[in-house]
Amino acid sequence: MNFSIVIDNIPLLLDGLWVTLHLISLSLVLGFMLALPLALIRHFKVPVANQLIWGFTYFFRSTPLILQIYLIYYGTGQFSWIRDSWMWVILEKAYLCGLIAFTLNTAAYTTEIFRNALDTMRKNEIEAAIAFGMSTWKAYTRIVIPNSLRRSIPPYSNEVIFLLHSSSIASAITITELTGAARYLYSKYYDPFTPFLAVSLVYLVIVFLLTYIFKLLERRFLSYLSINHESTKKLGDFGNP
Amino acid sequence: MEKFLEYLPLVLSGTWITISVSVLSLFIAVVLGLLGAFGKLWGNPATKRICTIYTTLIRGVPDLLLILLIFYGGQIGINYITEFFEIDYINISPFISGVLTIGFIYGAYMVETFRGAILAIEQGQLEAGHSFGMTNLTLFRRITFPLMVKHAIASFMNNWLVLIKSTALISIVGLEDVVRKSNMAGQITKQPFTFLLTAAMIYIVITSLSLWVIRSLEKKYQVIE
Repeated sequence: MNFSIVIDNIPLLLDGLWVTLHLISLSLVLGFMLALPLALIRHFKVPVANQLIWGFTYFFRSTPLILQIYLIYYGTGQFSWIRDSWMWVILEKAYLCGLIAFTLNTAAYTTEIFRNALDTMRKNEIEAAIAFGMSTWKAYTRIVIPNSLRRSIPPYSNEVIFLLHSSSIASAITITELTGAARYLYSKYYDPFTPFLAVSLVYLVIVFLLTYIFKLLERRFLSYLSINHESTKKLGDFGNP
Repeated sequence: MEKFLEYLPLVLSGTWITISVSVLSLFIAVVLGLLGAFGKLWGNPATKRICTIYTTLIRGVPDLLLILLIFYGGQIGINYITEFFEIDYINISPFISGVLTIGFIYGAYMVETFRGAILAIEQGQLEAGHSFGMTNLTLFRRITFPLMVKHAIASFMNNWLVLIKSTALISIVGLEDVVRKSNMAGQITKQPFTFLLTAAMIYIVITSLSLWVIRSLEKKYQVIE
């Protein structure tokens, strides 16, 4: 271990951290915005669109992310009609290709998380909403969607950490994010331990922070589902004589 | 099309590497997973702590970073050993280091899979076994293990699906797997999209076959209730 490698290159590593953070935050926001309508279409089984979205999520969930990044960055160059169009301005930039791949990837996983939450919504809550005279639209916007989003927090937190880990793959198409910065330092000093271990520590800290934030969110939004909650305690007493 | 057929065998030979790396690392992951789960549940405090550190650290760091660390760091470590014992230089291959790394990473995930599965077993089942006068070993062999397998299937197969996709990352340190081969074929023929899409299709076939196996296994183990 040679700590001077890390200290001498703090600006490079901070730049890498910055790229990692805004790459994943942007793709999470965009992926979330894509996933919600797609999950609703899947939930309502809209003909044709449902099958198309199923194909999209199946493709992105069953192939490795690195292949998806290569397909968008290297693959699209095969077609002259793409190279001659406005799209090439976007697709020749590594960062934007990475952003597209991460967004589509996380959208695919998130769509299925939300769809699962929507499909497993308890029937009596919808019945209660309808009994109150709510229209389907009102019942969904006020009850079903907010409740499903709450119940999606635990699997979604896994997806966020998964995406953080996946962002290291961006270094394969020359994006100098955190892992990319470590790989550059390795090639410069021929020391694998210091840069890779230092960067691992940074990832660990981010993962712990994210886990902590999601724990707080769960406590705030899911406490009504936990067994220890006041409102469910009495029920539990009756359930276990 | 001619070029596609000419380079298809190259991509298929990469597929074989992908499958063998996946299966071999799955084997290592299962062994480490079982050891870790037993250690976490029944070990002494020191063993428990080591197992917890293992699962927490490995699951917190990106797979790619661990691959880079073990591949490049492992080579330097081996160089020290060969120099010390004055034996010939040994070149660590991406295949071996890839299998070891992926096995080591997914071992951490398997620990949680098996631990959760053992914890999900009803106490009554074990008590019933005890009252039949079973020894601890018989109890494990006849009751704990089969029930653990039943509870572990879903999470185990999920780990397997993530594991196959993770092996694609070893192509970055030079493993000649389906991703690297299709990328090479794409560059030579100037048809990167065709070949990368072929590789993607191969992954879809492997995943779909795995999903089919999961469904039939789940049906089979549903009988034990």
